[in-house]
Amino acid sequence: MNRPIKVVVAKPGLDGHDQGAKVVARALMDAGMEVIYTGLRQTPEAVARIAQDEDADVIALSSMAGSHVPFCEKLKPLLEQAGLSDKLWVIGGNLPKQDHARLKELGFRGVFPSSSRLDDIVNFVKANVA
Amino acid sequence: MNDRLKLRPVTNESGIEIQPRYGAMDVEASGGFGFIGEPGEYPFVRGIHPQMYRQRPYTMRQYTGFGNPADTNQRFKYLIANGQTGLNVAFDLPTQCGLDSDDPLAHGEVGRVGMAVDTLRDFEIAFDGIDLDKITVSLTVNGAAPQLIAMYLAMAEKRGYDVAKLRGTAQNDILKEFIGRGTWIYPVEPSVRLVGDTIEYCARHAPKYSPVSVCGYHIRESGANPVQEMAYAFCIARAYADDALARGLDIDAFAGRLSFNFNVFGSIFEQVCKFRAARGLWAKIVKEQYGAKQPESGWLRMIAGGGGGGLTFEQPEVNIVRGAYYALIAALGGAQTMALCCFDEAYTIPTEYAQRISLRTMQLLIEEMGLADTVDPLGGSWFVETLTNQMRQKMEETMAEVDAQGGIVKLVAEGAIQAKVSAQAYRMQRAIESGEFRKVGVNCYRNEQADDLEVQMHPYKEEDTRRQIASLEGARGARDVRRVGEALAKVRGAAEGGANVMPAVVEAVKAYATVGEITQQLAGVYGRYREPVRF
Repeated sequence: MNRPIKVVVAKPGLDGHDQGAKVVARALMDAGMEVIYTGLRQTPEAVARIAQDEDADVIALSSMAGSHVPFCEKLKPLLEQAGLSDKLWVIGGNLPKQDHARLKELGFRGVFPSSSRLDDIVNFVKANVA
Repeated sequence: MNDRLKLRPVTNESGIEIQPRYGAMDVEASGGFGFIGEPGEYPFVRGIHPQMYRQRPYTMRQYTGFGNPADTNQRFKYLIANGQTGLNVAFDLPTQCGLDSDDPLAHGEVGRVGMAVDTLRDFEIAFDGIDLDKITVSLTVNGAAPQLIAMYLAMAEKRGYDVAKLRGTAQNDILKEFIGRGTWIYPVEPSVRLVGDTIEYCARHAPKYSPVSVCGYHIRESGANPVQEMAYAFCIARAYADDALARGLDIDAFAGRLSFNFNVFGSIFEQVCKFRAARGLWAKIVKEQYGAKQPESGWLRMIAGGGGGGLTFEQPEVNIVRGAYYALIAALGGAQTMALCCFDEAYTIPTEYAQRISLRTMQLLIEEMGLADTVDPLGGSWFVETLTNQMRQKMEETMAEVDAQGGIVKLVAEGAIQAKVSAQAYRMQRAIESGEFRKVGVNCYRNEQADDLEVQMHPYKEEDTRRQIASLEGARGARDVRRVGEALAKVRGAAEGGANVMPAVVEAVKAYATVGEITQQLAGVYGRYREPVRF
């Protein structure tokens, strides 16, 4: 790859806890990636559109307030319709263990619950971007 | 003896070097004992009341709310039956963002992290059977605060309480929502004006009600150090005070009803000195900069507690112990009200069981540990008085920096404060991951066997959303449509004309206009906030 990995970091839904998203965005930038941070209150439609417009390699969500499964259920078909099925989808935040299988089933290959380490996130992204 | 050279250097989170021991000389070098005073006397460093908890222990006010108003009403009654002395209401995100439960943007979020509210009917259910004279209520709402304050006053009035005597608090600190927490709706300047509207309205109609609780808490959670937490909060409080003064209000007509909300995680001594220092500084600002004549105008009345940023996902049961130290900090710091994040909050909104443990923690400090017996028990310690002086000086420096850069409203609108604290949060996360900043169970003393306590999750029921929407439809169907339309037109008219919107908002909620309908009127005039993304 001759350009830096491009990541859209998005805050889905109404959740206003953005400390984690911003910390991860900085870690990805420090690792040489290009990061587009969407800011708060993104709808599934907006996330898919931004990811498509930005030609992102990675779509990364940060969710702290519990609505990750309904959000991702809406987002999955939109990302597919936008031709982004082959991109890396990852999600982090307050993600209870019992939801991890469902998130993976929805296409989120990287699931990073609270307590994940920044280097593990960075390394996972590097290893999984085609 | 050259053993000092071998000691590891210690610098607290606020950047102050901590010595291995302190004496009277250190207090003198830091400014002396001159700015302490007696408890209940200016500058109130030792506490805002002469007898403090001996006269009345801190109010215990766990943050609670979920699902429908009826579910939350049951939890309120459970906590009150267990000795809780105030309520602190959590609203779901659609409510906080000014959306009705049937708004497409509310999908998946109704009743999830707090109680859903659409109309006055929901307030009537939530507070049913609760004596509002005995139990004071704090509403944790910011963007939608005008509507919810109006609902609280209207609900109380309907139940026969005299609004002129009604006590209670709304968080209603929108500037910190732009820094952290994120439940903003309108652009920065009209948002500040709305806070001014509530201050002015309450000063005139509900003078015992605290319309604003200025929050350092969430700024700290977003990455600020303890000095910045207080300094930014005071800059924000001054922005609201300036708006109120520009309306012709007298400082003494509202300053005494401003309250504050601060965090407690971190070093015990840094935190306690933070509170002592801040009490003196706020009293000084209100007296010297604003010329207040009533001593109580400069009282730093505060809820202190929470501590979410200090709790860990790892070994969650150890958070019960952290919570006990946080409660100790709040008590030694002289908080008027206390609330604790529960041990399970890194996972879920707290269960009834976890809430009860937090409540018992606060109760045992009063009943068993002697924390309510003597005012400011750490006062007079050379270390504590030195650090109190140093923390206050650092807070003043930080406030002066904000002023020199154009003031807090400008810096928040530009995203400059957000960028600064988020850079600090990143450095702190790196320091935790490298082990440089120690967190037990996280970067030292980890449990390598997976035997952490299995946290029981608070259940989320999809059917609650359907019930809430059905209830909203019922309330919409039962109201006088013409009266609602006229009331909403008055809200819009007040906003367009630059008048105080609160009288019209109160009329609208009394007509059972919804949170979302009122938001739409205001957003139609003010527009909606667009977040500056800055790194």
